[in-house]
Amino acid sequence: MLSIGQPQIKLLEKLCNAMSVSGDEGEVRRIVLEEVKPYADEVKVDALGSVLVHKKSVGRKSLRVLFDAHMDEVGFMIVHDDDEGFFQFETVGGIDARHLIGKQVIVGKNHVVGVIGAKPIHLTTAEERKNTSEVDALRIDLGPEGKANAGDRATFATKFKRVGPSIMAKAIDDRIGVATLIELLKNAPKNIELCLSFSVQEEIGLRGAKVAGYYFDPDLAIAVDSTPARDLPDFDGHENFTYNTKLGLGPAIYMANSSTVDDPRLVKFLEETAIKNKIPYQFRQPGGGGTNAGAIQQSRAGVPVVSVSVPHRYTHSPISVSRVEDWKNTLNLLHTALKQIDPSLVKSKL
Amino acid sequence: MSDILPFLKSIISVAGLSGHETPVANLIEQKWTPLVDELSRSKLGSIHGLKKGSPTAGIRFTDKSPRPSVLIATHMDAIGLMVSRIVDGFIYVTNIGSVDARVLPGTPVVVHASGSEEDLYGVIAMPPANLLPDDQGNGTIPLKYLMVDTGLTPNEVSKRVRIGDRVSFNTEPVEMSGGCVSGHTLDNRASVAALTICLEELQAKSHVWDVWALASVQEEVTFGGAFTSTFQLRPTIAVAVDMTFGKGTGSSDYQTFPIGKGVTLGIGPSIHPFLYKRFKEVAERIEIPVANELMPEHSFTDADAMQLAAEGLPTMVLSIPQRYMHTPVELVSMKDIQPAGRLLAEFIASLEADFIEKIVWG
Repeated sequence: MLSIGQPQIKLLEKLCNAMSVSGDEGEVRRIVLEEVKPYADEVKVDALGSVLVHKKSVGRKSLRVLFDAHMDEVGFMIVHDDDEGFFQFETVGGIDARHLIGKQVIVGKNHVVGVIGAKPIHLTTAEERKNTSEVDALRIDLGPEGKANAGDRATFATKFKRVGPSIMAKAIDDRIGVATLIELLKNAPKNIELCLSFSVQEEIGLRGAKVAGYYFDPDLAIAVDSTPARDLPDFDGHENFTYNTKLGLGPAIYMANSSTVDDPRLVKFLEETAIKNKIPYQFRQPGGGGTNAGAIQQSRAGVPVVSVSVPHRYTHSPISVSRVEDWKNTLNLLHTALKQIDPSLVKSKL
Repeated sequence: MSDILPFLKSIISVAGLSGHETPVANLIEQKWTPLVDELSRSKLGSIHGLKKGSPTAGIRFTDKSPRPSVLIATHMDAIGLMVSRIVDGFIYVTNIGSVDARVLPGTPVVVHASGSEEDLYGVIAMPPANLLPDDQGNGTIPLKYLMVDTGLTPNEVSKRVRIGDRVSFNTEPVEMSGGCVSGHTLDNRASVAALTICLEELQAKSHVWDVWALASVQEEVTFGGAFTSTFQLRPTIAVAVDMTFGKGTGSSDYQTFPIGKGVTLGIGPSIHPFLYKRFKEVAERIEIPVANELMPEHSFTDADAMQLAAEGLPTMVLSIPQRYMHTPVELVSMKDIQPAGRLLAEFIASLEADFIEKIVWG
């Protein structure tokens, strides 16, 4: 079994603290390139900026398996300089505006720290406080002499923390997937043609994976992402039946979401692998949300796909929470499945 | 000019919620001890620093006509949260002082867990819509539905955290352009820094009046520190130094003031007009820009309490503009804190022995 030790945690910390807003993924791309080059047979940065990695198998007629994880995160783009250090911004990707007021952000390549403030409680009416401001009304404040340019990206200033059994960081979605792919490459089983897509622009429409799927033309593909755990108490004490996933129960295997219905053979194979190897797992409650599997499934003449996620709480917010143990079990489920997969699986009856 | 920034950053990096001010009080006490002649703590925990008046030629103070004293009050307590119940490892909280629920989701906090050697790191969680009443819509989620997640298992949480444990903001201080600093609890630790500058300036100045430096407790909840310390110390006059509203996002009317452009002098029933006049004269003489801050009924500072201590006394309010008050990203300019400290020192030095006798109401 592979373990998550200091080197893996350090890598995840570096990845989470980097700024990589959809369309401007350079910081994470540079980390990924540095990590994968010593282990890959081919490394390519495609036209959109995704990092595409190939590791050859030893035998012939090996299964060609694509793993995808997205490098981008939700964030902001500066759209107007209001002068005196105030900047108007737009959100990039799905951000709930209720997470914005009172937060520190980092802006531009130099990670200049700014804050998003609001009219103080003393000057607002109770009625005004019932509604958080629309993004249009908010500004990033860089201080009276602060400088930024329209087009600069920004994101939450959160710094990665290891807390008990958990990690707290921004952009766990999907840096934990990126780190998982890097570990899979470093420990690549020899029986597989391993293809890795570190994709761009997932948060704004699964764009990078669409063309990466075409490029690799794989026999099957697995999207490794991070999915919300809504395992909080219900306000009135009723049991929470709509949790999506729960922290601590292991990798979340998908059966269906709004981007795809996962290939039942792959779902069954992953479940059997988990049971046989005593790896904890859970099924993500079928429903909304999407992963890059949806884009890859429809590339060329079609690709059997499945998604597997490490659960996290507080999606697209300044601080998400995941369990290290869930990450370890996700990595091991995928690694074990790779080693044990029979090439005839994707030719078997649906 | 002393560099007060490291001290300011240190006192906004520790807790000190109203009624539980000890962590910050210890740092302030350490800083003030060499700057005053006597230092003590009140029954409620406020810090009293006494800087005695300089020797005076030709004036004899007696028990019947004692040396007058000026009290400068800066509250050191912070708004925050307190654990109200724990469900499945999630910690529900209530507010200490006026906390704005709009700023809470996604905010880093520290849980001062009574069953743990170390404070616990946490984040304030906004539950998803399916776990909230139907009428919550897209509006602000009220505090009663928010909870703190420490990343620990439910078992660990129930071992360490108890109802009544305090929860503080944990946003790290950050230096920004234009000499600005942002972080939590700059209200009112920025004023503590200004008073510290004042005490440093007074080391090389002659002043007839005794000076009481007060770091008061519980301003954000009841003004309890200011009421009780003023009664105990019986100063001749008292000045509250606090934050006022800075111009910024959503805030631009007459109640707001530009940051980095100087301090404000209060005008209203909490402010004695003669003290206002003296502050104004001193500010003009030493060329510190001041703006008038209109306070038609209350000042919402320690002055409101101090004015009513014992038989009552003349009070004054000096304020430093601050953006985003009571959020974890309050923002002030060092360009306002420095002159605030200097103005206080010059005001104190300007007080002649018979200043108070010269006050005549028309």
